[in-house]
Amino acid sequence: MTRDIAVVAFAQSDHRRTTDELSEVEMLMPVLHGVLEQTGLKTADIGFTCSGSSDYLAGRAFSFTLALDGVGAWPPISESHVEMDGAWALYEAWTKLLTGDADTALVYSYGKSSPGSLRDVLTRQLDPYYVAPLWPDSVALAALQAQALIDAGDTDEPALAAVAARSRQDATTNSHAQLRGSLPQGDYLVRPLRTGDCPPIGDGAAAVVLAAGERARELCARPAWIRGIDHRIEAHSLGVRDLTDSPSTRLAAEKAGAFERPVDTAELHAPFTSQEVVLRKALRLDDGVRVNPSGGALAANPMMAAGLIRVGEAAAGIHRGESDRALAHATSGPCLQQNLVAVLEGDPR
Amino acid sequence: MSKEPVAVVGIGQTKHVAARRDVSIAGLVREAAGRALQDAELTWADIDAVVIGKAPDFFEGVMMPELYLADALGAVGKPMLRVHTAGSVGGSTALVAAGLVASRVHGTVLTVAFEKQSESNAMWGLSLPIPFQQPLLAGAGGFFAPHVRAYMRRSGAPDTVGSQVAYKDRRNALRNPYAHLHEHDITLEKVQASPMLWDPIRYSETCPSSDGACAMVLADRAGAARAPRPPAWMLGGAMRSEPTLFAGKDAVSPQAGKDCAADVYRQAGIADPRRDIDAVEMYVPFSWYEPMWLENLGFADEGEGWKLTESGVTELDGDLPVNMSGGVLSTNPIGASGMIRFAEAALQARGQAGEHQVEGARRVLGHAYGGGSQFFSMWLVGSEPPQS
Repeated sequence: MTRDIAVVAFAQSDHRRTTDELSEVEMLMPVLHGVLEQTGLKTADIGFTCSGSSDYLAGRAFSFTLALDGVGAWPPISESHVEMDGAWALYEAWTKLLTGDADTALVYSYGKSSPGSLRDVLTRQLDPYYVAPLWPDSVALAALQAQALIDAGDTDEPALAAVAARSRQDATTNSHAQLRGSLPQGDYLVRPLRTGDCPPIGDGAAAVVLAAGERARELCARPAWIRGIDHRIEAHSLGVRDLTDSPSTRLAAEKAGAFERPVDTAELHAPFTSQEVVLRKALRLDDGVRVNPSGGALAANPMMAAGLIRVGEAAAGIHRGESDRALAHATSGPCLQQNLVAVLEGDPR
Repeated sequence: MSKEPVAVVGIGQTKHVAARRDVSIAGLVREAAGRALQDAELTWADIDAVVIGKAPDFFEGVMMPELYLADALGAVGKPMLRVHTAGSVGGSTALVAAGLVASRVHGTVLTVAFEKQSESNAMWGLSLPIPFQQPLLAGAGGFFAPHVRAYMRRSGAPDTVGSQVAYKDRRNALRNPYAHLHEHDITLEKVQASPMLWDPIRYSETCPSSDGACAMVLADRAGAARAPRPPAWMLGGAMRSEPTLFAGKDAVSPQAGKDCAADVYRQAGIADPRRDIDAVEMYVPFSWYEPMWLENLGFADEGEGWKLTESGVTELDGDLPVNMSGGVLSTNPIGASGMIRFAEAALQARGQAGEHQVEGARRVLGHAYGGGSQFFSMWLVGSEPPQS
């Protein structure tokens, strides 16, 4: 691999509890326009387009075809789609740029959770024969994980509350965030998790532009170079996993080169406070690392986009000169089953 | 910087049937993947990454089923990607997997595509009417029949061409032990006497609903050198997309299909596809799409594709055999159908297609399309490695 590839632009929607008045395309369009405007590129200039979304959130098959109309795929474009968080769409686009088949890529993802009952919908992700028929919901599964952490002495409820408070406090400077400022930790939703430990449910979209080599320098004053990116999956059955650890995150981080030098910032896709505890341990992040200055998924967690937003936020920190080496993490599946880690760097100042 | 050459070193598929009630979804995909590994004489431990594809999750009622399938596909501790690009997904999935090898991110990649249609009803899965969005009529046939009619009117093709395609593909399927439909008593008259479903498409000119999976092991040059059987080499591969509906769209011969083929031919150094390509596995879910795609892919001039079909050029022993395996008309596990086309092309280039082998097939095109004739994925594979 001899090609340097960077995130050169990032845009996201204002994440909200409901967007009844907007279709998915209408929610996505301003984000696409925003990210292209930052680079001065038009759809026709983009070498490869890749998106991530879920039919189960949209409630219809082939929902991503409607979004494609918003992209303006005419003349025809080189394009692909993953039924995954947009962070994995970014991964596919990164491999495409590595082959030299394209010099620029547009990556976007979106999710509207508001039309349905998200906790119910996510149960459809589980083993369809043995687990899904029991309808264990995402909060209940995360609560199992949180209790395992508490039982192992890795955390306690006040520590979890502190993660929640810090995240929403940091989000006060993030105009896109759904939950900001001082919020009550609330009652137990599923013990030991209180409402404050859980992510907001909402709708949102995000997009990034990738570019290779000199093209990246033309498009961005300080590109966020992808020094490494890798993703790993774990067993699906919770019964065979140690929920207090995330070996897939650690392995992905190793492969991405995250442990070669310390990072100054980490954007972690930890929808539940307890999952930040797991990820900090797996990634060996010490207190010197700024974790989720954007507020993270506890401030805004649009399904299918929240992982891509972590990469985008980490890159934007480098673009602004606030960070020199950042780690971005995305997750998918129950209790952090699948994890992606990217290491981004700016040119020396 | 040059790309790493990509070789197909293992191919496996299930016996496609209407309902595999004897296996779970995991059992189905593992069967195909296990056969691909066996063909490559590799074990699960040799695989660096898994790329899986399928059509809409509603077809089985499992959201993002790759999460649940990680164990069955030996992906635990490995990267796993899930592709979804409508009907073209089987092809796109193979191309994403090939990209991992071509970019030198991984050396050996397992790619799998499947559909277990018996878990639900695909036609109604595709017909969800929800507020403020235009429903696509009932099932895919209702959407595509007017495009077929437009082709017939535009080209002046005789009414019989569609039934000829179906008769050919169903007979080819008799030579393919994995094909779903094995209609030993098929005759042209039976095809022509079958009920009209979506005029001009008759029952016997449509694809079945199948349960099935297909898998391939893709490897770099070093992996190909170690392979026990001759590999098929990827000579070119591309995806193209265009919007579903817009003023000026040519639904009969979409620009995205032409552009996709042109990109593949450019990569592979194909000047004249009719002369330089030996056989084609193309995505023909309704019989008339054979002549339509022959034109779209550049094997015939506009309005002339049906003449190749009518004169027997696309028969198994013809000059340009099309859908030697029996095609989508004989086997349609939707999410896997594109990958089956890609895999059958590779089987031909490897000389391992058994009774439906085309003698001397050296360069074979695999083609898939999806959505409202808007997503295209294709690859050209050959018996010799790429020149560059």
